Amino acid sequence: MSGVRVLVGTRKGAFILTSDGKRQQWDVSGPLFAGWEIFHVKGSPANPDRLYASQTSGWFGQLIQRSDDGGATWEPVGNKFVYDGVPGTHQWYDGTPHPWEFKRVWHLEPSLTDPDVVYAGVEDAAMFKTTDGGQTWQELSGLRRHGSGPHWQPGAGGLGLHTILQDSSQPGRLYIAISAAGAFRTDDEGATWRPINRGLQSEGIPEPAAEVGHCVHRIAMHRARPEVLFMQKHWDVMRSDDGGENWREVSGNLPTDFGFPIDVHAHEPETIYVVPIKSDSEHYPPEGKLRVYRSRSGGGEWEPLTRGLPQRDCYVNVLREAMAVDSLDSCGVYFGTTGGQVYVSADAGDSWTPIVRDLPAVLSVEVQTLS
Amino acid sequence: MIRVVLPAHLRTLSHVDGEVRLDLDGQVTLRAVLDALEDQYPVLRGTIRDYVKQQRRPFVRFFACEQDLSHEPPDSPLPAPVAAGTEPLLIVGAMAGG
Repeated sequence: MSGVRVLVGTRKGAFILTSDGKRQQWDVSGPLFAGWEIFHVKGSPANPDRLYASQTSGWFGQLIQRSDDGGATWEPVGNKFVYDGVPGTHQWYDGTPHPWEFKRVWHLEPSLTDPDVVYAGVEDAAMFKTTDGGQTWQELSGLRRHGSGPHWQPGAGGLGLHTILQDSSQPGRLYIAISAAGAFRTDDEGATWRPINRGLQSEGIPEPAAEVGHCVHRIAMHRARPEVLFMQKHWDVMRSDDGGENWREVSGNLPTDFGFPIDVHAHEPETIYVVPIKSDSEHYPPEGKLRVYRSRSGGGEWEPLTRGLPQRDCYVNVLREAMAVDSLDSCGVYFGTTGGQVYVSADAGDSWTPIVRDLPAVLSVEVQTLS
Repeated sequence: MIRVVLPAHLRTLSHVDGEVRLDLDGQVTLRAVLDALEDQYPVLRGTIRDYVKQQRRPFVRFFACEQDLSHEPPDSPLPAPVAAGTEPLLIVGAMAGG
């Protein structure tokens, strides 16, 4: 029987939420790694029982945990993330050079085909790769060294590499995004990279249309149409139809185009979801109403989805990693909040219900569709 | 025998109940104790001192015999009662944040 497993990272541990295909009754397990920040948990598309988790702490640094049984048991694997060569400097908030220092893993992206291969997006921004199931990690340093690295500057949350997308139709093509450097693409599996930010406009940087320096919050792709990308930037929702070569704004009638996550319906490549947030200085929904917005036209025209979501006195945020979709026939959409709720919609966003209401602040949500 | 008390999170991580006991050859320094600790519990590598500089993490402290040894050079001898095993070396997570 089909079902789903929702992998939730929070400020104080990880939780696994499981249900059958109806997505009405839920089992909640956790906290795993209690008391630690779990930035991201993600399963291998090639082996759903293989999970990876980024476990981090301001006190004790970074750990990577691996499960080979769908999250029932875990073992720590390698946690040595050392930049390739002399790492040099990026820009600090005040514009001065600042040494590159590893802080934490923001995102783990298992390979589409090999459960032992995983890409890791880290702060200070860089990309690492393991080919032995997480035992050892090597930097794909072509990204940091492609030329603009010394000019990258952290966003308020740090200089983090948070988005990693794999193009299943073109092996070797990966997209990543960094706050606040922008989006980048490689076509040779990480050996060489180039920025793909043409069309982005960011009023908060000295040159609004600069090649790098944009605070990209998230990029999403539909597997069946990997040349089409959707982006939630700091401000603006953007779209590219040519693999990131050019971007155009599709914020349309959104009440605000600030936000963090963006995702694509599993079966409808033109149906996308965002959660508008009031502003970069007020990280909560406009009017205290928690609304997911859905566009069925790939952007431009948006409709609010409110049924089951709080429509008064709601002042939570939804972070960039905290939205996911399943691939059941009726596409499920999930998101977690900084208030500790994880919501599910089993009908593509038409109606919502909380799976849990009182977790620690949710940092990330991923979902596995199990057969 | 050297006695080491780990903070709660690192006890959980290394599946340790109570104190850790280490056998050390040679001079008992902070570096020697941490090397032996990491050899016995590899999962602790990178959690007490960083990989690159081998420096103490900012929110980790080392106490023993009612002294704060956090700023001592890593190759200085630890107090005699620690070397003799009558007092433990305390590895402490600083009281900070939530």
